[in-house]
Amino acid sequence: MQYMALIYSAPGSEPVYGSPEFKVMMDGYFAFTAHLKDKGAFVCGDGLKGTETATSLRLRGGKVETMDGPFAETKEHLGGYYVIEVPDLDTAMMYAAMIPTAAYGTVELRPVAVY
Amino acid sequence: MPLSPDPAAIRLLEQALRADRGRILAALIARVRDFQLAEDALHDAAASALIHWSKSGLPTRPEAWLIRVAFRKAIDRLRRVARDAAQNQSMAILARDEAEEDSEVIADERLRLIFTCCHPALEPKSRVALTLRTVAGLPSAAIAAAFLDGEGAMAQRLTRAKAKITAAQIPFVIPGPEDWQERLNSVLTVVYLIFTTGHSIGPVQGRDLCEEALYLAQLLAHLRHDEPEIEACLALILLTHARRAARQSAQGATVALNDQDRALWDQTQIGEGLPLVKQALRRGRPGPFQIKAAIAACHMTGPVSDWAQIAALYSALMQFEPTPVVALNHAVAIAEAQGPAQGMVALLPLAEPLQDYQPFHAALADLCARTGAVPAARAAYARAIDLSASAADAAFLRQRMDRLLQ
Repeated sequence: MQYMALIYSAPGSEPVYGSPEFKVMMDGYFAFTAHLKDKGAFVCGDGLKGTETATSLRLRGGKVETMDGPFAETKEHLGGYYVIEVPDLDTAMMYAAMIPTAAYGTVELRPVAVY
Repeated sequence: MPLSPDPAAIRLLEQALRADRGRILAALIARVRDFQLAEDALHDAAASALIHWSKSGLPTRPEAWLIRVAFRKAIDRLRRVARDAAQNQSMAILARDEAEEDSEVIADERLRLIFTCCHPALEPKSRVALTLRTVAGLPSAAIAAAFLDGEGAMAQRLTRAKAKITAAQIPFVIPGPEDWQERLNSVLTVVYLIFTTGHSIGPVQGRDLCEEALYLAQLLAHLRHDEPEIEACLALILLTHARRAARQSAQGATVALNDQDRALWDQTQIGEGLPLVKQALRRGRPGPFQIKAAIAACHMTGPVSDWAQIAALYSALMQFEPTPVVALNHAVAIAEAQGPAQGMVALLPLAEPLQDYQPFHAALADLCARTGAVPAARAAYARAIDLSASAADAAFLRQRMDRLLQ
């Protein structure tokens, strides 16, 4: 079964770019991704650029309405994701807890409805 | 012309479902991996039981009959809705299992069922509701009444929880050693919450939640031996339940533990509970329920409560559950063991986190009264009475407040 791990955190809660803590976090991500691949659980996963780069749009009355910014203004932003292939939710939870951002943000697990 | 069901068949079916519903459902869920499908299939099987048992005589093992037929009904239901290859494949697996299935022994899958119902991915209230519905077989109307919910809202909560288990693939397993303590604690917390709810509301629609919690704790102890936290949870329920006749005065006011008539305590349940506490502690694997059970035992072994020991135990409990409520109980025990002034020192830092918690204001009032701060005591009693959830507690506090005036 596939699960998507949506990685949320509040801006400013994560280590500053270039700091030693930042390096620890990134090394944690590289090690985690390698671990997932090693276990055959990795489907895909990457980080997202900041919400200041986001564009939201919808089609209303045949017209595209475009908005600068993310869909929902929330304190915590979606900053990255993984899609993993595992037997059940317990295994998915075990992996999700290894995502470095879980230590200060929130990881949401959603089963993927594969079409 | 359809036969009307034989009264003996109706009786046997009712009896089988009352005694074995949880066990039958657990066996079905273990195979079909879908709570709702298992319930629906059991419903179908019960309907055909009435017809077949009336026509062809009563089976010697009704629960085995129900499981076998319900399993076939589940496959029928799946066939009707199977649209894609994945569903057809899972049906093929089920059909194969059925062919292999004719052993006399039905494995008891209720431990897996309980762990699934109490999975941390479900909302705490849904864990309680699902456990009561599925494992204890309580009707959803009674569960709704106990938790002051509308029947529709409770039915919806149960449906959502069952759907999530299937859709998110919450596994139907007993957790492994790395998760065992945490997941077991989640299960025991559900069982104990059922007990305390029953304790405060009394029986609803003819079902006593205290008895249901006692049943669940006994079931857990039966399904998993040598687990000190389960033994302790069962002991805690037994020891608390043993005091029920002494908890309220003839006038309907709550009676504090210190003032209870000990002759009213149920000696049989105490005689069952105390050795369980000892047995659990001897295993040398401490946990929060063992500490709580030991505290209950300290209240009940001697002619009076051993408050010095109780204060030490609450301090140990703080390691497992560093919550303001545990700290409050610790402060009360310190007051009893060392005096109201020492108790007050431990109590006052809790004023903010527990500002809307009735027992905090009741404890504050009591300590103020004992140190002679009568106006402060009166104000705290008034606040505690305002916050009381039950008439019995309010009556108890009013008695205490009246005593101040004399």
